[in-house]
Amino acid sequence: MLLQRFLIRLLTMLITLFGVAVVVFVVIRVAPGDPIAMMLPPGATDDDIARLRALYGLDKTIVQQFFIWLSGVVRGDFGTSISLRQDVLGLVFNRLPATLELAIVALIMAVLLGGTMAILGARERGTAVEAGIDIASGAALSIPDFLWGLVLILLFGVLVPIFDISGRVSPQLDLPFVTQFYLFESVLRLRFDLTWDLLKHMLMPAVALALPLAAIIAQLLKQSLKEVLDLDYVVQARVKGFSETQVILREALKNAALPTLTLVGVQFTFLIGGTVIVERLFSYEGLGNMAIDAVINRDLPLIQGIVLVFALLFVLINLAVDMMYALLNPRLRHG
Amino acid sequence: MSACLDIIDLSAVLANGQRVLRSVSLTVQPGEVRALVGESGAGKTMIGKAVLGVLPSSVRIVEGDMRLEGEDLGRLQPKARRTLIGARTALIPQDPLTALNPSRRIGPQMTDRLVRILGWSGDKADKRVRQLLDEVQIREPDRVLRSYPHELSGGMRQRVLIAAAFAAEPRLIVADEPTTALDVTVQKQILRLIAELQREHGTAILFVTHDLGVVAKISQKVSVLYAGKVVEEADTATLFASPQHPYTRALMAATPRYTDPFASLKPVDETVLAGLAAEIAAADQAWSRPHG
Amino acid sequence: MDEARIVRRGAGPRLWLAGGWLLLVLLAAIFAPLVAPQDPLAQDLMLERLPPFWLDGAEPGYWLGTDSLGRDLLSRLIFGGRIAFIVAFAAAIAACLVGSTLGLIAGYFGGWADRIISRIVDIWMAFPPVLFAILLVAVLGTGLSSVILAIAIIDWTRFCRVIRAEAMGQSRMDYVENARIAGYGRIGIMLREVLPNVLPSIVALLSLEMGIAVIVEAILSFVNLSISTDDPTWGGIIAEGRLSIHQAWWVLVFPLITLILTVLSFSQFGEALKTRFDPVLR
Repeated sequence: MLLQRFLIRLLTMLITLFGVAVVVFVVIRVAPGDPIAMMLPPGATDDDIARLRALYGLDKTIVQQFFIWLSGVVRGDFGTSISLRQDVLGLVFNRLPATLELAIVALIMAVLLGGTMAILGARERGTAVEAGIDIASGAALSIPDFLWGLVLILLFGVLVPIFDISGRVSPQLDLPFVTQFYLFESVLRLRFDLTWDLLKHMLMPAVALALPLAAIIAQLLKQSLKEVLDLDYVVQARVKGFSETQVILREALKNAALPTLTLVGVQFTFLIGGTVIVERLFSYEGLGNMAIDAVINRDLPLIQGIVLVFALLFVLINLAVDMMYALLNPRLRHG
Repeated sequence: MSACLDIIDLSAVLANGQRVLRSVSLTVQPGEVRALVGESGAGKTMIGKAVLGVLPSSVRIVEGDMRLEGEDLGRLQPKARRTLIGARTALIPQDPLTALNPSRRIGPQMTDRLVRILGWSGDKADKRVRQLLDEVQIREPDRVLRSYPHELSGGMRQRVLIAAAFAAEPRLIVADEPTTALDVTVQKQILRLIAELQREHGTAILFVTHDLGVVAKISQKVSVLYAGKVVEEADTATLFASPQHPYTRALMAATPRYTDPFASLKPVDETVLAGLAAEIAAADQAWSRPHG
Repeated sequence: MDEARIVRRGAGPRLWLAGGWLLLVLLAAIFAPLVAPQDPLAQDLMLERLPPFWLDGAEPGYWLGTDSLGRDLLSRLIFGGRIAFIVAFAAAIAACLVGSTLGLIAGYFGGWADRIISRIVDIWMAFPPVLFAILLVAVLGTGLSSVILAIAIIDWTRFCRVIRAEAMGQSRMDYVENARIAGYGRIGIMLREVLPNVLPSIVALLSLEMGIAVIVEAILSFVNLSISTDDPTWGGIIAEGRLSIHQAWWVLVFPLITLILTVLSFSQFGEALKTRFDPVLR
């Protein structure tokens, strides 16, 4: 049953990805403006232009171009960036780790913050504490990451300048890293000075991304916790002598978390989508920042590659969440 | 020696002011089974929940004392009360289907009180739980301890809950209609098990039920409850031999004898209910005067 | 019933506060040339980076101060509100029309229509929305209509998903069955029986979407892709403020407060409208 579910999801995932590829391709080819013209120095001959067109495959029909491009993509060849004159896949992989680290730190923060708020609100249900949590999460939810980013820049970059608001790492530092997963590698190398510097840069953009998600988790998890806390097995745990906090953590949390988990999956893709502008805001050298540059430079192959990688990330997350839900639910696991 | 459980003049109201318990007093002596009998809505489950400190948030205690082995529960700090209740009481619930956490295995659910509240070692707790599973006639303890609740039948789950209740050697068990949700055939086995374990372990039980047949089988003392008020209290034998209160008599008349399954089920007589309503109203008036 | 009453009582001040702010910004935007104290485009290097009125060195007539080119911040905010509200209304209504129609069709008719529409929604959901918006504006060319079109193209799925689910629930109701037995056509039933019941959700979403459109427009102008660079936009002012944050914090603070209040108001207004017009809660 689990396998069948997995295969069906895998198939729809491939259809979705193909759809994304078609949409991106069509959108980009409709674009006015000749990318080739931007690459050549003034005074280039028509011959030069034609040669470059042929080089980038721009002289064929749209359908031909699409399938040439797609067959390359399937083999891992995303083409060559027009503005940076480098392999697209290499560029994307160079930047993806920075974005992933940012997104994962933000996710962890959102889960910790939202979870704490939910547990506190459920424990203090019916009191002023719960009302306060409701108001805080309502505000955090209505204000998008872009605005949170700006608020944080003002508060902790200008008013109380304790965090860095620009870049990924202090430029004067010597980086011994071989991978692009700086944060992860700095921990492995026990270079905690670098970890701290990276975190100081990452904290503000991560908080901006985390706040709306934390609010959703707080609201939804608190609701399901409150429902579970009236059930008989929770009463049984109270009779056993466990405190309300223990009851929530040991008995209620796991069962209440299942509905939240599905939603967090979808919301995590929104969070990753948010990295595009938040990275720009904090000049963080990730994939999203590069994507905006690519659009401004009309770098078609690079845009295509980045969008496809984002889409792949999104459907993989949805797939993972779906599978996790099936695994965590004992009823589903045992058929 | 003090009573195992002493409830004195306990009154409780709902959020909308409606009274659910009216000056309830009852005593459970060590090792004794006291049945608490009444129709649904009479407040008998509320008494059990009040003792265990798990009343729904909509119910508020407005008056009265509860003493567990002489300790005044109302005077204890919440945390101390929780621990005391955890160490000295247990609950056999009404519905075994919902009283076990669906996402945790049976084993840890049975041992967690022993280990985390009573501070036993894991080995000792495990041994103890296996011994109790044997006493409730579960023959495959390994399989059961490893199972999730939904893998066991309703009767099996109730046995597990009974074993868990007795495992910590509590002084008092609240049994809240423990057979109501089960099949008729299983009901008898479960009742017999509870009676057996009670005798062996000498545990006092506050046995909540609506079934006079069950009362006759298991209890030594009975309190009859109507609309949150104890209308009669007696030794079980005395009560069945000569019920004093008209409501008790009506309740008995309405209950088919378990020896005679073909006896017809008669509703409680209207005039008895009318008399009761007047009695309750008078009691409420007397009660509300000093409280404004 | 009790609960419904509580919700309605709570909806009062929220509705009025949110509605009041939106009305204020809307009126200021409509009558911008009359209200704005200065010409929003007038540069004066003698007046660069003037602080707001309560600080030393402020000039009368420049209430919220000026930016690094000496342009009046309040006037730029008022004129930026024009663009923000035009985009909010046009983009949200366009997204609503497309999304609600497709959602109604998918939810009410089900079958192949539903399968195709849901698949398209899935594909759309696999795009990072901000990147998609930036890409679309880059392709369509900067300008007001491109921004509106881009937002509508991206955000119709929000309406489609919600309305589809609600229409699906509605179509199983008895009164829909009764209408079918009474001989009404399918489209007639959809418009007469199903649409009125999903209308509260559409209204709430519409208000929420206007807030989102304001944000997306701000993001687009922040990355310099909205409309021509001369026109004052809230995002443009923010981009300018982000650069001069250490010299003139007010250039970032005031548009930021304006944006936050506007976005909060749109979402609160939508929620309040929904509770007020929900036939069940009423």
